[in-house]
Amino acid sequence: MKRVRSMMKLFILFVATLALTACEPLTVFDPQGPVARNLTDLIIFSIIFMAIIVITVFILFGVIVWKYRERKDNKDYEPPYEEGSKALEITWFLIPVVIVIALTIPTVITISDVENVPEGYEDQEPLVVHVTSADWKWIFSYPEQDIETVNYMNIPANRPIHFKMTSAGTMQSFWIPSLGGQKYTMANMQTQLYLVADREGEYIGRNTNFNGEGYAHMDFEVVAQSTKDFNEWVEEVKNTADELTEEQYEEILAPTVIGRETYNGTHLQWIDHAHGGSEKYLNPEAYDGHLENKQPDNDSVTDNESEDKE
Amino acid sequence: MKLDEFFVTGDPLILGSQIAIGLTMVGLVVLITYLKKWKWLWNEWFTTVDHKKIGIMYIIAGVLMFFRGGVDGLMMKAQTSRPNMEFLDAQHYDEVFTTHGVVMILFMAMPMLIGIINVVMPLQIGARDVAFPKLNALSFWTFFVGAMLFNISFVIGGSPDAGWTSYFPLAGKEFSPDVGNNYYAIALQIAGIGTLASGINFIVTILKMRAPGMKLLKMPMFTWTTLVTSVLIVAAFPILTVALALMTLDRIFGAHFFTVAAGGDPMLWLNLFWLWGHPEVYIVVLPAFGMFSEVIATFSRKNLFGYVTMVVSIVAIAFLSMLVWVHHFYTMGNSAAVNSVFSITTMMIAIPTGVKIFNWLFTMRKGRIQFSNAMLWALAFIPCFTIGGVTGVMLAMAAADYQYHNTMFLVAHFHYVLIPGVVFAVFAGLYYWWPKMFGFKLNEKIGKWHFWLFVIGFNLTFMPMFFVGLDGMSRRMYTYSESTGWGAWLGVSAVGGLILAAGFAALVYNIYWSFRYASRDIGGDPWDARTLEWATASPVQEYNFAVIPEVTDHDEFWKMKKEGRNTLKKEDVKDIHMPSNSGIPIIFSVAIGIVGFFLVFEWNTLAAIFSVGIIAGLIANSFDYDDGYHIPAKKVWETERKWRGDL
Repeated sequence: MKRVRSMMKLFILFVATLALTACEPLTVFDPQGPVARNLTDLIIFSIIFMAIIVITVFILFGVIVWKYRERKDNKDYEPPYEEGSKALEITWFLIPVVIVIALTIPTVITISDVENVPEGYEDQEPLVVHVTSADWKWIFSYPEQDIETVNYMNIPANRPIHFKMTSAGTMQSFWIPSLGGQKYTMANMQTQLYLVADREGEYIGRNTNFNGEGYAHMDFEVVAQSTKDFNEWVEEVKNTADELTEEQYEEILAPTVIGRETYNGTHLQWIDHAHGGSEKYLNPEAYDGHLENKQPDNDSVTDNESEDKE
Repeated sequence: MKLDEFFVTGDPLILGSQIAIGLTMVGLVVLITYLKKWKWLWNEWFTTVDHKKIGIMYIIAGVLMFFRGGVDGLMMKAQTSRPNMEFLDAQHYDEVFTTHGVVMILFMAMPMLIGIINVVMPLQIGARDVAFPKLNALSFWTFFVGAMLFNISFVIGGSPDAGWTSYFPLAGKEFSPDVGNNYYAIALQIAGIGTLASGINFIVTILKMRAPGMKLLKMPMFTWTTLVTSVLIVAAFPILTVALALMTLDRIFGAHFFTVAAGGDPMLWLNLFWLWGHPEVYIVVLPAFGMFSEVIATFSRKNLFGYVTMVVSIVAIAFLSMLVWVHHFYTMGNSAAVNSVFSITTMMIAIPTGVKIFNWLFTMRKGRIQFSNAMLWALAFIPCFTIGGVTGVMLAMAAADYQYHNTMFLVAHFHYVLIPGVVFAVFAGLYYWWPKMFGFKLNEKIGKWHFWLFVIGFNLTFMPMFFVGLDGMSRRMYTYSESTGWGAWLGVSAVGGLILAAGFAALVYNIYWSFRYASRDIGGDPWDARTLEWATASPVQEYNFAVIPEVTDHDEFWKMKKEGRNTLKKEDVKDIHMPSNSGIPIIFSVAIGIVGFFLVFEWNTLAAIFSVGIIAGLIANSFDYDDGYHIPAKKVWETERKWRGDL
């Protein structure tokens, strides 16, 4: 059958592409922390059910279309009148009901799970990081350490991180797929997220919610390191980085794409965008015209990375 | 405002389109003048109130917009086909994906479906027109003016660039000071008026104008889906009207409903938008389900399996569709309880939809399946839509959605729902009902090219997107670096886009070829079909039915043929009362368009002055006492004799 063959060809093509490009598994299937692992398990669980449904429908479809196709020898076959069938229709009403219930239970459990500190890490004091998204960069403030970074974030591995997230203007979505799911950041509002990296490593984080010209460059790097390395890094920043001034902070908030920056002190001393007052820093005129005219160069994290590899 | 700000300048692509648009318009005007067709256009088309002609105009507009939205799509595919491509810059890409979304949903899917509904639904219920023919013309012209206003943004003033969802605060004056998003607010508002009026018109038509004997549960399935969709339109579109009105107040009159400053609440926009936006998905998908039901029954030569269950399913889908809008923003920080409730309501939609899929499959069982072009589209719909459906269930699971939200996985999913669900249906509907509209069939052989290129291209374009999404690529990214490893996937996807475009070109060629060469001698019922629209001539006579039929079954025409009731007696033919053409709808809509244009540029005084035109239109309409005219019985009899052969 032509249809089946073309679909098979298509499938083989995809598998081939998959084999060629992805020697490593897709990010979502390669979780690096308990929260992401929880989600991956749920996703795989659902994919199994969905595969069963797809296979059933495809087989039924193939068999019916093949068996009841018009042929030269059945031209005078007159199909019967069929009202329907209560038994059959109840069956294919009940099967999806059962599947929906089977999917609902783990979904509801996981929804609650990911709102809290992951299991096994409850006894540790979470590290608090304030996330502030702006056009088009990520600002990370460590209130306990009294330091602030832009477009990258160092965290201790195996310790829960409590993200308190807000935005200086447009709406963004904070997502580190290797570590867990995403959540929006909004001005005048605080959203929260708990993540843990249980391995040391470097992960890419992204904004997934479109917010203007610099959106594609709005990614950042997360470095999960041992507690010792993390403390050393904090110490080093405290000793070497410049003090953050309000003037400098206003410059960071201007709509630009910038590289990584590191400061002593946090902007929380002047403003927490979660509690209003962001309009003070907004400047609609800065959004007139095009980005490239305002932009010396784009060096987002992934760009840097590709340069490294080359 | 300076002239160089008024016209978009500086980009060779846009300059090219400006010249192309200018030349096309001059060319059209010259051509029509040369052929002396202005009077014909005005009398036969621009002022018509005939539901069939209005339907055809909707479909023509839909095909044009399909082309525009498709070119947008191809430009996006070209830009992302390789890492670090420099075909479009960020701003241009943002405009292109915004207009692609708006055009495809509101100016392609909607007019295609409303167009086919317009042509077919009154025929299916044995009516001579819709309930309010002049309002129907107004619906079309407001839609058309809205669509045109939206499209000129490309060359005058700049296109909207905040996504088809136009999320605040980004879409507000604080972050998007240009006029682009004014176009969004005003053009959608104008088009929305037309859609709302259509919804009301169709509900009244179906409830009040069915042929005698056609009880609700004897209506053809396409008419049922039209009724349910129309109810959804009336329920959902006012929400869009309000949301767009608030947006207009924010952007043009300095209000603060959705702003960051002064206590505005952007989350309110998201809620209002999706309270309309989710039902909108079902507004476009339900009539498509109706078309598939008709096509599958006709070409399996069997009645629809489980008719009552199908009706209950569409009503259930429509009801649930109003209760799921939060699933578009699970990640907005809702409580676990809220997300759980909306996960469950969303997954519940899969139940009636699954029932429908199995009922379609069992309609074909024990049938005799003819692989006509219309049927091929209905067949391809089932596996492709199933993939869209199951990935929809995956997205419905709120916790898992934290990993899919706003990624290419989502983009792949909704294209797998909307292309099989709407575009395949529109193609099936066009091939199926084309003879009713134009009196000839589309060519089956060229149609096969159209079918295979389009279906293969579609799968090749959108299947890789599932995988890049799972690999962490978010939607709407105009560029990405090589190290992401997405290049191969998106390269395949871009090739798929080209094949898809070739499929569309095959359709256009098919229309051209068939228009020139196809046989005109096909009779009223070329497919040996089942419902009442096939009891008329091809193309349909202006009065539809010489005598309104008595209905006994939901496959009434099939039954008529079996029982030999498909004949006409001369003494039954009476004078037929018809509505007169009217120029008011088009003039009135153009006035609205002019006011809208001034509002876009915030020239409020000019807008106020030209609003007089709108008021004048309303007054003129109130004093229109034209009561229509009668087609004498003799003339009706002549027409009937001609197409039925000797009576």
